[in-house]
Amino acid sequence: MLCNVCKQNEAKVHLTKIVGDKMQKVDLCEDCSKEKGVDDPTNFSLTDVLLGKVAEEVAELTEAEPAEASVKCPTCGYTQADFKKAGRFGCSDCYTTFGEGLEPMLKTMHKGIKHTGKVPAALQQSRAEAQKIKQLQKRLDKAVAEENFEEAAQLRDEIKRMK
Amino acid sequence: MNIHEFLAPPAVACQRTGPQDDIVMSSRVRLARNLCQQPFPSWAKKPDRLRVLETLQPAVQSLPQMAPHFSAAMDELPALDRQILVERHLISREHAAKGAGSGLVINQEESLCVMINEEDHLRMQALRPGFQIKACWQAIDAVDSALEAKLDFAYSPELGYLTACPTNLGTGIRISAMLHLPGLVLAEDITRIINAANKLGFAVRGLYGEGTEALGNVFQVSNQMTLGESEAQIIERIGKALHQIIEEEQNARQLLLEQKSKIVFNHIGRAYGILANAHTITSKETMNLLSLLRLGGELGLLPQLTRALTDELFLLTQPAHLQKQHTEKLDAEERDILRADMLRERLRSVPRPQVPAK
Repeated sequence: MLCNVCKQNEAKVHLTKIVGDKMQKVDLCEDCSKEKGVDDPTNFSLTDVLLGKVAEEVAELTEAEPAEASVKCPTCGYTQADFKKAGRFGCSDCYTTFGEGLEPMLKTMHKGIKHTGKVPAALQQSRAEAQKIKQLQKRLDKAVAEENFEEAAQLRDEIKRMK
Repeated sequence: MNIHEFLAPPAVACQRTGPQDDIVMSSRVRLARNLCQQPFPSWAKKPDRLRVLETLQPAVQSLPQMAPHFSAAMDELPALDRQILVERHLISREHAAKGAGSGLVINQEESLCVMINEEDHLRMQALRPGFQIKACWQAIDAVDSALEAKLDFAYSPELGYLTACPTNLGTGIRISAMLHLPGLVLAEDITRIINAANKLGFAVRGLYGEGTEALGNVFQVSNQMTLGESEAQIIERIGKALHQIIEEEQNARQLLLEQKSKIVFNHIGRAYGILANAHTITSKETMNLLSLLRLGGELGLLPQLTRALTDELFLLTQPAHLQKQHTEKLDAEERDILRADMLRERLRSVPRPQVPAK
């Protein structure tokens, strides 16, 4: 297999990147991989190597989003431009700051856009409690409607205790 | 105590066995977690990173699951030790390159390893020999649950665990298995398998993960999607894909023996010839030939060769492990000579391959 860049030497570095259902593949020889900085994976972007076809696709994607370079994350000072450059966020609050344009990107990366996995135990408990209060409230409403005041009083006290 | 006194020597570590370890060399599940209100490691300034390390390192160290453990800040570890940890697949190459403000905690069994301030504040991984992705998940799930009681993890009910890179969002889970697939490579069928795995949303990478070549016919298969499916669903899906790849590899080996036995025996015989007789050999050639030797053992051509020995040699002939066995600083050429010396010596007790009786 020959190097995609110089098309002379045998390719020794093989890169595959999958975005959604699109696969990008690059095969490089040792010299070209060094030149492109592939040996330092932290500073490397496949698109830089594949300037051309892939770069155009990326351009299309980014053009579709409005320029929001001025928005800054209040917690960490990260900007939309920083995200476009690095592909990573500055802190967990960035997901709120830059949340609006996120959905289309997440759709191409993941199976869905809603978390259905593990929930921290503390939250799970409060979620269960919230659910229970909701149910009690429903029963209370019904009891009041039926003028079943004894049960209603009990339910009201129980809700009070839980809150 | 340094890392070498702490970890089991390769000869011992390679004795560890697991289900289907003829093909699945090891399983791993890693979780990415971050603290609330703290900049992610790559955006954080050094004092921020140091503060996070000061919070996380003792929290991880105090977990009963980690005992006995080894823990260090990355800038305390010599470059050679960091490289050895990479060769043992305990930390990523990226983490080995980190300096002040990053750290690690490893338990003695090498079944749990936590990287602090890698791409995320916490990259916690459970490792097991052979095909054990479920056991890995249970182990790391327990570590995560124990830690969430003491730490404030960044979590959103909608998006799940919030990670530096949106590709890890949600469950923050990466399940991977390291597969030895010489049969599929020899049968020239590996590209089809890689493409099929990619289509299902799984990444297939080389020996040391992202951007590395599949040396020694070893491939890492891992999930790409982390959001929109539960951990159990992801495990189920990748488990099915892995079973299928294992079956394909078994079939490929069987078919090669039936239809192209001369070619297979030739490869294995030559691999033995070179490894047992070379006077200078690169680590890359060594890994590729050791892979064939391992296959030879499994096909019955080398009855006295144990899997533990090939796996140990696989590790000991890597640059950092080789350097560690010698006090003086070696350059690449000197390493190639010492590597060949070691291989000749260790393979003296292994008789040459014989074609098994039909």
